[in-house]
Amino acid sequence: MMARVAFLVIAGIAVAAALGLVLRRNAIHGALFLVMNLGCVAALYLMLGAEFLAAAQIIVYAGAIMVLFVFAIMVLIPGKEETGPDPRKAWRLLAAPLGGALLLELVLLVASRAAAPAATGATASGSVATIGRLLFTDYLLPFELTSVLLLAAMVGVLLLARSREGTAQSPGPGPEASLRASAPPRRAEREVGVR
Amino acid sequence: MIPESWYLTLSAALFTIGVVGVVIRRNPLVIFMSIELALNAANLALVAFGQRTGNPDGQALVFFVMAVAAAEVAVGLAIIVAIFRVRQRLSVDELSVMRW
Repeated sequence: MMARVAFLVIAGIAVAAALGLVLRRNAIHGALFLVMNLGCVAALYLMLGAEFLAAAQIIVYAGAIMVLFVFAIMVLIPGKEETGPDPRKAWRLLAAPLGGALLLELVLLVASRAAAPAATGATASGSVATIGRLLFTDYLLPFELTSVLLLAAMVGVLLLARSREGTAQSPGPGPEASLRASAPPRRAEREVGVR
Repeated sequence: MIPESWYLTLSAALFTIGVVGVVIRRNPLVIFMSIELALNAANLALVAFGQRTGNPDGQALVFFVMAVAAAEVAVGLAIIVAIFRVRQRLSVDELSVMRW
């Protein structure tokens, strides 16, 4: 009983935070709402017995990934995109019935899972020892491929973030400054020429 | 013990909110965060399924999803920054062509 009340509270906070992310205009507020949502999901992982995933969720998602997001938001200074009148408001309002239909479909799917195999009763341990053993035995090849993927992503990001002129640009006073500096008027001319 | 269907319903709700966010927002960064929301909903469903069947394979899968999401976020944000450098604007309505 106690667990159910806790679940409902955490689920309510998670849904509210998700709605905050989608409905608030300020991107920074959205990022903080998403951090709250990720924390709630980590708490649910704990309730499911997945301790390793709860810790990884906090460290990888709420820590590393969201810091990257907040950093990008600060650098790019967005927000002006969504203050003006929306020329496609009618189309976007279609998202409400479509989302409602999707939710209805998913909930009906969950409700109609009578044919699903019954619970075995055995609860899977989510401790670091269990997951670690699994990762380094059954899932050794995917695990190593993940490291290759992360390396490829790192190299790709370096390539993308390099200044386009190809000159080795020394790290300036900040990403923002180098962004401003690396957008010469020449490019504007070229854009006009293209059109 | 909390029934599995509760977790799945919550997962469905979060996934739907993420999808709606992708559709209605104009800021690519917020769209990206909505995608992360949907990914997390799928992760939650995976862990719930793993608990029902009683083996930890679902949790290993979630671990890989997290690693791939980290790589995806890094590359995606780099692409957004590169677009911003060229266009000086960040509205997905204006980014309708694959060249500039």
